Amino acid sequence: MVVQNIFFWVLAVAMVLAAIGVVRSPNIVHSALYLVVVMAGAAAQYILLAAEFVAWVQVIIYIGAVIILFLFGIMLTRAPMGGDTNLDNDQRWQAAVVSVFLAGVLGTLLIQEFGKKEIAISGAKGEQLLHIGKAANLADSIFTAYVVPFEVVSILLLAALVGAVVIARRD
Amino acid sequence: MILNQFLVLAAILFCIGVYGVLARRNGVLVLMSVELMLNAVNINFIAFSAYLRSVAGDVFALFVITIAAAEVGVGLAIVLLIYRNLRSPDLDRVEQLKG
Repeated sequence: MVVQNIFFWVLAVAMVLAAIGVVRSPNIVHSALYLVVVMAGAAAQYILLAAEFVAWVQVIIYIGAVIILFLFGIMLTRAPMGGDTNLDNDQRWQAAVVSVFLAGVLGTLLIQEFGKKEIAISGAKGEQLLHIGKAANLADSIFTAYVVPFEVVSILLLAALVGAVVIARRD
Repeated sequence: MILNQFLVLAAILFCIGVYGVLARRNGVLVLMSVELMLNAVNINFIAFSAYLRSVAGDVFALFVITIAAAEVGVGLAIVLLIYRNLRSPDLDRVEQLKG
């Protein structure tokens, strides 16, 4: 239990610092690279929670595909690489107030509601947890109970990608 | 591990994402902040899936990842279009609808 907690705190601190880097970095490419750290940290948290399949999907899709898309977007919009131009607008203080307020509300609610509830990971319960995150178990669930949402999501993905091509191409 | 450590981490990441969406001017950076928020939601899904011993959270985390990929595709296409029309990816220059 102690080992998992040490890993959690190291990852959590790295993720929060990298997330602040994403929203505060004056260089847009650095922001994209900080985002890689946040997403890799999230994948590691999924491993800690024994969701191995989702963790690898996260690595492949987010770090593999989405970040590359972002880098292409940065390249195609000829974003300033030097860090001398201002990437922020003039409502930084209002944004900081809103997000700190939201963090306070969410934190209070979570601590009141969930307090010290444990995720049981030792002994037989740990075995059960390992079984839940397995790819075979997930596949059983997707192709039986969740097959309709799964098909809807694949149609949505197709429509979104066709839409992206239509929007972005030059006539 | 207690459930709340994951939930509070996700809440903090979500709030950092909110800050980014509100304070960034460049369209690509706004999309990155939205990705931060979606990631925070995914951490919540996985944490509840482990807490409730249910596979539903994992399945919906996969759906969120898929939809995030679609959202980035469409979002970047829109940012490209804004760049092509206004010669700048800054979102506060999109003001043709202002009366």
